[in-house]
Amino acid sequence: MADIDIPPSRKAASPFSSNTPLLAWSRRLLKSMLPPLVAVLVALFAGAVLLAVTGFNPLDIFTVMVSGVFQNVRSIAEMLLKATPLILIGVGLCVSFRCSIWNIGAEGQFYAGACAATFCGVNFAGLPPALHICLVLVAGTAAGALWAAIAGVLKVAFNASEIVTTIMLNYIAIFMTSYLVTGPLMEQGAAYPQSAKFAHAIWLPRIIPSTRLHIGILIAVALAVVAYVFLFRSSAGYAVRIVGINSHAARYAGISVSRSIVLAIAISGALAGLAGAVQIEGVTYRLYQDISPGYGFEAIAVALLANNNPIGAILSGILFATLDSGSELMQINAQVPQVLVFVIQGMVILSVVGFAALKFQSARPSE
Amino acid sequence: MEHILTLGFLATTIGATWRLATPIIFASIGEVVSERAGVLNIGLEGIMLIGAFVGFWTMYETGHLPLAFLAAVLSGVAAGLVFALFAITIKANQIIVGAAINLLGLGLTSFLFRTYLVHTGQGVRIAPAIDIPLLSGIPYFGAPLFKQNLLVYSTLLLPPIVGFLLYRTSFGLTLRAVGEHPKAVDVAGRSVALYRYGAVLIGSGLAGLGGGYLTLAHANQFVEGMTSGRGFIALAVVVFARWSPAGSFFVSLLFGMFYALQLQLQAEPSIHIPYQALQAMPYLATIVALLLVRNRMDAPATLGVPYRKA
Amino acid sequence: MAGQTLLRIENVHKRFGAVIASAGASIEVREGEIYALLGENGAGKSVLMSILCGVLTADEGRIVCRGVELQPGSPEEAVRRGIGMVHQHFMLVPNLTVAENYVLGQGSPLRVLSHMKAVSARIRELSDKYGLDVRPDALVRNLSVGEQQRVEILKVLYHGIDLLILDEPTAVLTPQETDRLLELLRDLVADGKTVIFISHKLDEVMRVSDRVSVMRDGKVVFTTDTSATNPRELARMMVGRDVLMELPREAARQGEIVLSVRDLACNNELGLPAVRGVSFDVRRNEIVGIAGVSGNGQSELALAMSGLAPATAGSIRLNGEELCGLSPAAINRRSFAHVPEDRHKMGIVLPLPLTENVILQRYNRPPFSARGLLRSRAVEDHTRDLVQRFKVKARDIDVPIQTLSGGNQQKLVVARELARHPDFLLINQLTRGIDIGAMEFVMQEVLKQREAGKAILLISTELEELFAICDRILVIYEGRIIGEMPPDRSRLDEIGLLMAGKEPSARSAGSEPVRVH
Repeated sequence: MADIDIPPSRKAASPFSSNTPLLAWSRRLLKSMLPPLVAVLVALFAGAVLLAVTGFNPLDIFTVMVSGVFQNVRSIAEMLLKATPLILIGVGLCVSFRCSIWNIGAEGQFYAGACAATFCGVNFAGLPPALHICLVLVAGTAAGALWAAIAGVLKVAFNASEIVTTIMLNYIAIFMTSYLVTGPLMEQGAAYPQSAKFAHAIWLPRIIPSTRLHIGILIAVALAVVAYVFLFRSSAGYAVRIVGINSHAARYAGISVSRSIVLAIAISGALAGLAGAVQIEGVTYRLYQDISPGYGFEAIAVALLANNNPIGAILSGILFATLDSGSELMQINAQVPQVLVFVIQGMVILSVVGFAALKFQSARPSE
Repeated sequence: MEHILTLGFLATTIGATWRLATPIIFASIGEVVSERAGVLNIGLEGIMLIGAFVGFWTMYETGHLPLAFLAAVLSGVAAGLVFALFAITIKANQIIVGAAINLLGLGLTSFLFRTYLVHTGQGVRIAPAIDIPLLSGIPYFGAPLFKQNLLVYSTLLLPPIVGFLLYRTSFGLTLRAVGEHPKAVDVAGRSVALYRYGAVLIGSGLAGLGGGYLTLAHANQFVEGMTSGRGFIALAVVVFARWSPAGSFFVSLLFGMFYALQLQLQAEPSIHIPYQALQAMPYLATIVALLLVRNRMDAPATLGVPYRKA
Repeated sequence: MAGQTLLRIENVHKRFGAVIASAGASIEVREGEIYALLGENGAGKSVLMSILCGVLTADEGRIVCRGVELQPGSPEEAVRRGIGMVHQHFMLVPNLTVAENYVLGQGSPLRVLSHMKAVSARIRELSDKYGLDVRPDALVRNLSVGEQQRVEILKVLYHGIDLLILDEPTAVLTPQETDRLLELLRDLVADGKTVIFISHKLDEVMRVSDRVSVMRDGKVVFTTDTSATNPRELARMMVGRDVLMELPREAARQGEIVLSVRDLACNNELGLPAVRGVSFDVRRNEIVGIAGVSGNGQSELALAMSGLAPATAGSIRLNGEELCGLSPAAINRRSFAHVPEDRHKMGIVLPLPLTENVILQRYNRPPFSARGLLRSRAVEDHTRDLVQRFKVKARDIDVPIQTLSGGNQQKLVVARELARHPDFLLINQLTRGIDIGAMEFVMQEVLKQREAGKAILLISTELEELFAICDRILVIYEGRIIGEMPPDRSRLDEIGLLMAGKEPSARSAGSEPVRVH
């Protein structure tokens, strides 16, 4: 009676080798790409319906958008220029969202980074340019990380919802920027509220001649890879993900939940702050009041569309930048208000979470 | 400085407090209903914006104020329906759906405003102030407090009505049970989803009304993104008020006071504070308020958690 | 005494995705009987009853009650036909009163609640009739588990139900409370009601039921008059083969003390005292059991021992080293392993693959981590090794662990903990919610660890599990160890009294009626 018969594993002979690794990998990649693609199509369709209802011809407008964006090297470079902050912030949000920390405050962290970068950029003129550039970038990164860490610490110490605190910190950062460019950082004798212009020596180097595209895009792609390795190949990233899925299990495993939360949100803030610094050093060369057209919010859609995978965020960042660039052309050439992209962003998010929830329901095991 | 500390200043501030708190009172009491049923709707901001826009548009086209308010409420309900479809039926993450609703609200209203209404410079006629006889004659306090529009007065009725609904009717009992133990409601033969839909629609209708107040009783114009965080502040109000309708009324007044003080102080030449610091006050106050509520035992047990049968 | 057929369930099929919960089950219940439905966890008993109550809809099959076919998927219809269920997990809203719970879902939603006085009076009347001691104005969250169960039973009676279904009603009760419940069921039948009693406990079914059906794999495999069968036959029917009732084990050897707990106290989540001064030792080659009705401080004891909740007093020494005040991570690094109470809540991370679940406590230590990065080869090799050694049935090692059955999940948790080569192993609920094959397997693995010289503490609410593998059993009641017993089934009644907080010698003085078989 002591002999228990347990059926052998169904694949006892070759327990765990799937066909060929490459085939399995590409199949998995295709499978993971499908839902976001469908989500984008659904969102574009909704945008098309809105255009049609308001009396525009959606096909014409989408044609204008796509052909305009991919017209020549310069237009593609402009698109990648827009993709840079989106990828940087989106990659950071992947880390935060994987920890189930809903950082809605990337916009404010971007502003915090931009302010700190501007302060360092217009001061310390005696530094060697390379060092000065690094100082500006580091200052932006640190400011973004600190601004986000406020929400993280309040979450950990007071159980204050990071959703509300990060949103409130957005407003505060924007008011702070407004104060700085009308006061302490305001350019001497300027007619508009804006900071002094950065010296040419500390502009980020450009990478394609006769375009504005600068090395920021390379930094963004490199950091996406780093973030991927952090999340899925490092011990600290493992801890962040466990906390995000099941904080009880995380505590049981000996993971410091508080530390992981603050780390994850600080990383996302750091990248948003870096995006702010890169934007100043690479594009605007000075700070003004509405320096971000909502990158921090758009990046939420970037991260979600990428299923919070940093590598995927490169692609979804480029996709949203294409929409942004296209919508500018659409406004200029067809008088369609550019804010249409907000609608498409919202629809992308809805379809992504909708598909994810539906998939989850059909895949749910029932014991 | 001393002329700030006068009765006149105080009375004006109190009056402005009530007026500025009104949209937050509507939105937060609506959110109490929604959250009591276990649904966290962070899309309030976008829904208020939609209410503000649709109310304004209707008023601009028809000139009929009650109709405009009705349109604001109904547009809020419609936006709530989209939220509910994703958050309740599809069971998607409520926070993300709420964020999407906010983007959609901002995008749709701005898009339609620029497409159709951008040349409406002169604005619309707004809800008139109603003079309460005798009371409005009280020195100092009479005019600021008792010369308000009907919506401001109606905020006094909202907490008792919603309180009665939640605590004294079978509907309210079931609704609260849905937020605490949905399965118990399910086996008792009531649809959890239906009650959650009801709660969300009540909440978003009130948020739409709060938005409509902004264009139809407060300003006379629609401005892109004009809710400027009031929906999010309403979310914090609910937490601070511990999910109580009456509590939300008073906490909203507190936030209204920060708005009022901010405006009053900005208009005060003797105060040398950067106006941006004053503008940031309500937002800073929201964070501080959240820190003061450490004990969350009152939160509905299934807040934010979709209900799955079996 | 059993009358004519009251209810027939015919050929009911139900599947959830790939899982077949009911595969053509049919039963027949007669008026005025106690009908037992016996089966292992996952055999399909609860699903069948949920279909009967209209909470779930069958894919196929029909239900006929008093000659009328029930409309499927309609709880209202079931209630109208007099069918009501007392669920295993109570369907009471904790922050409402008893009376409010009774009117929940009754009448028009627009109704104003002005009739609560009449409701309370009716509840008192019924409570007196059956001697249930239910107070209508009490908040449910202030009631004990036993009281809540009485509230649930009375709720069903209040709604005019005459066919009561009780789903695993004794799981949360002491043996004495169980006796009271079984007597109540007899009273109800005497009063003209019919009872369906769902259980996986053979002795209760033998004691209380008139007829019994056994379910296995979603089918009814056996139906008989209870008087015509015996526990061994029922057990064989439940699992489809003879059950291992006794696990062979070596005689106890007295090793040196590995773990020593002294005057340990800690609070529960609400900050109220849950463990109030507990002391015991666990030696090498020894399995010490902690028996008790759930909610008497067992969870908090386990959390405090593993550093997940702060101890308010006392000490825990492992090999002479103090553990109190150490972080969970520090305790994990000592020779201490922990199989937690609730797999899904704490023991595993459901959506992650097996590989990422087996390194839970060692994700940042060699050999699984080097210079801050995970070493996937080492992780995969380790996972494969555990899966093979513990015969875990999984399609692959990179499938999400939620695709495994409960038994296989638990095997992997136990495997993971044992692979850390601890001197001391804390197990809170070894066999909860797993099938009998896996149950025997993990129990034997734990016994092997005992032979290998480990010290093991097994906290369990299942006395059978404790009797099967423990060397001695401590009984916990309201946060105190109130007695120690040998693992001797013949002294079940004494353990039962201890679990109810009574010294066995005080039996005659006890206020509650006690009837022990």
